Amino acid sequence: MSTRTFRVWRGDAEGGELVEFDVEVNEGEVVLDVIHRIQAEQAPDLAVRWNCKAGKCGSCSAEVNGMPRLTCMARMNLFEEGETVTVTPLRTFPIMRDLVTDVSFNYQKARETPSFTPPADLAPGEYRMQQVDVERSQEFRKCIECFLCQNTCHVVRDHEENKEPFAGPRVFIRVAELDMHPLDTRTDRQDTAQDEQGLGYCNITKCCTEVCPENIHITDNGIIPMKERVAGDRYDPLVWLGRKIFRKGERQD
Amino acid sequence: MSETDNDVERLTCDVLIIGAGGAGLRAAVEARLAGRSVIVISKSLFGKAHTVMAEGGAAAAMGNVNSRDNWQVHFRDTMRGGKFLNDYRMAELHAKEAPDRIWELETYGALFDRTPEGKISQRNFGGHEYPRLAHVGDRTGLELIRTLQQKLVSLQQDDAAATGSFEDRLRVIDEATITDLFVSDGVVQGAFGYRRDTGSFLAIAAPSIVLATGGIGRSFKVTSNSWEYTGDGHALALKAGASLINMEFIQFHPTGMVWPPSVRGILVTESVRGDGGVLTNTDGKRFMFDYIPEVFKAQYADTPEEADRWYTDPDHNRRPPELLPRDEVARAINAEVKAGRGTEHGGVYLDIASRRDPAYITKQLPSMYHQFKELADVDITAEPMEVGPTCHYIMGGIEVDADTTETGVTGLFAAGEVSGGMHGSNRLGGNSLSDLLVFGKRAGEHAAAHAERAETVAIDKESIERAATNALRPFTGEGENPYELQAALQEVNGRLVGIIRRASELEEALVELDALRPRIANVAAAGGRAYNPGWHLALDLENMLLCSIATAKAALERDESRGGHTREDAPGMDPQWRKTNLVETLEDGEVRLRRKPVPAMPPELLSLFETTELAKYMTPEEYRTTAAAEGPEAEQEDAE
Repeated sequence: MSTRTFRVWRGDAEGGELVEFDVEVNEGEVVLDVIHRIQAEQAPDLAVRWNCKAGKCGSCSAEVNGMPRLTCMARMNLFEEGETVTVTPLRTFPIMRDLVTDVSFNYQKARETPSFTPPADLAPGEYRMQQVDVERSQEFRKCIECFLCQNTCHVVRDHEENKEPFAGPRVFIRVAELDMHPLDTRTDRQDTAQDEQGLGYCNITKCCTEVCPENIHITDNGIIPMKERVAGDRYDPLVWLGRKIFRKGERQD
Repeated sequence: MSETDNDVERLTCDVLIIGAGGAGLRAAVEARLAGRSVIVISKSLFGKAHTVMAEGGAAAAMGNVNSRDNWQVHFRDTMRGGKFLNDYRMAELHAKEAPDRIWELETYGALFDRTPEGKISQRNFGGHEYPRLAHVGDRTGLELIRTLQQKLVSLQQDDAAATGSFEDRLRVIDEATITDLFVSDGVVQGAFGYRRDTGSFLAIAAPSIVLATGGIGRSFKVTSNSWEYTGDGHALALKAGASLINMEFIQFHPTGMVWPPSVRGILVTESVRGDGGVLTNTDGKRFMFDYIPEVFKAQYADTPEEADRWYTDPDHNRRPPELLPRDEVARAINAEVKAGRGTEHGGVYLDIASRRDPAYITKQLPSMYHQFKELADVDITAEPMEVGPTCHYIMGGIEVDADTTETGVTGLFAAGEVSGGMHGSNRLGGNSLSDLLVFGKRAGEHAAAHAERAETVAIDKESIERAATNALRPFTGEGENPYELQAALQEVNGRLVGIIRRASELEEALVELDALRPRIANVAAAGGRAYNPGWHLALDLENMLLCSIATAKAALERDESRGGHTREDAPGMDPQWRKTNLVETLEDGEVRLRRKPVPAMPPELLSLFETTELAKYMTPEEYRTTAAAEGPEAEQEDAE
């Protein structure tokens, strides 16, 4: 057990500041444990989101010493002894209070994404898919919607004006998931991503992949293949012809 | 519809669903498809409900891996797991309808793991005779919640295309909590609550309300449950005039993490055992062979050799005892630790590293691998995990009609963990995800039908003002901080109402819980109304206290040991108690308890069991009625 100094951002949409707390830290604890101790002992109205405390629900995202993380998976032994730990809310989204931000942007973009469209002639129970075919989409379905990728993406992080045309990496892997879904019948997913969801804004700096707590290859397996196929479809006549014959593309590993 | 009256936002809908986990969302889909307008209240953000924590899978007798499986076998396993105290009708409906509910999820876009033929793969789990759990690695709950969330969104898109509005017919209000139900002459009128972000109030008039709020696990310190699990629905139902049944039955999942202390209680999926993992003590002994109870001897292997053969040849060998129902395994671990054969952190070892190769482990159990690596510096492909029991699930809950899920209050329905009866005294792993799909759908369907024929509802101003005053009470409280009070409540439950119970301790618990009552009534919340977790916890405390009292009272009354209720001073099952449900209601603020007979199983269901098995649970006059009808069991199994 030791005492550590935490600086936690407190405030609301009107403004706020970093508030310092000296707090006890025990072996094996994560940043969220310490935030909870501050809440229980020093600041009972400290606003923070959390649910599962096991890296499965994606609620407790924040920036710890400037790095976007799940606070429930940020072990205290990440930090040097005596190092001050600074916890601030996600920067890309509007502040509600303290560490809680308004993440409705992400839900709105999800709602604008065309849903799964199953084949009309298959009854429930008749679906047949091979494991190797579902695995491509399953990788993207591991997403816990922590929105760390959305928060980190520089297209929107400091560019409020891009929030309108740009859906963000979370949405792109949802589109990729549906595009690679063995039984989805829509054929316009890449075009929608390019023309309506701002896929072209992404210049593949891979920041989203770096912060993904589920280690999803957002860029390599999701965004890049879509970009390549859009480019191929639109500018390469041979590929265009090939795509007319084989609907689905191959995955780039 | 929405208007604001005295700072209270007034809304109306046909079906109000409280809770946005699997049961609530499945109910919402059904009610919306029935043409009713629906509002879903989500205590957290949309898609974060506790259902995401379910790991192993959803049990449904699809027979994809072993074609001998069918609903009768699933029904039998469920009744055995619950020690025959289950509401037989719920168990029957559940076993019959679960496959359709799973297949339906595929039409919403779910991607389960596959068999070589391309069907949904199914895995072994405790208490299930055949591989039965549809799964996605060990993150099945996430798949389920995300699939339902996306289905709701697709319905909203349909509505937007038809009407121009995403939310007119189906609206999700996230980060909101319901604190009161309005009931008039035994008929539901609506609900009252607050929005977390602003602290502003909501009053929603609705002729049908579905409670789908989950469990009570936050009343225990060592728990796998999230902050939301404060028994809200149980308490709302009690206060509305509905009844709870069998609140003494709480499932302690045998395998929670035990080290480091900050992760104590976090779930370690049963799939580790289903996929080959074994439990050992500090002597290196695989101890579960010493804990096979008489009633299960016919189904479980008594040597490691036979147990190990079962994984590849289940038709000619009995199952490993690590896959006994959860109550048995939790008690066994408890006994090993008590006998001094536990680890220094008070657990036992769960070992899959020495039994399966690393590639298999990381493919089958990716999130367990990740969880131990990140939180405990343990590589589960190379070393054993340390595990011990953790509060996981409450079998007891709101008493409902099996077919309609309606409670004793007209217009009030309940589904999922908050309802009682389905699992009897102990729930089998995998039966929760299927339960919430089967009864979530039924709740949505019947709530929609009720709304269609119900009379117009109304909420009067006085009721709203009373509810608002109640909700603001913690701001004028002069007592303790809510976090201290929650810790005190958890301490009482953990010490006196835990996995092993005694009459004297339960009496003591009731005294101590009673002493907490005025302290909780006087709880003080600091700060303002906008996103104030201290205030929210202060309001949840009353619900937790009410549920804790209901549990302690029932646990004291039932002087036998069965499933998730173990009385050290009353060991063993008593056939007389098998015939008895404990029903609790609220009268003048006090929890009242009465006994009620368990409905007798009809002959066609009784005849699914051998008389010799029934004799282990029932009095002779109960099973003798079926003696004449014996024999159809073999027939049904071969019917596939």
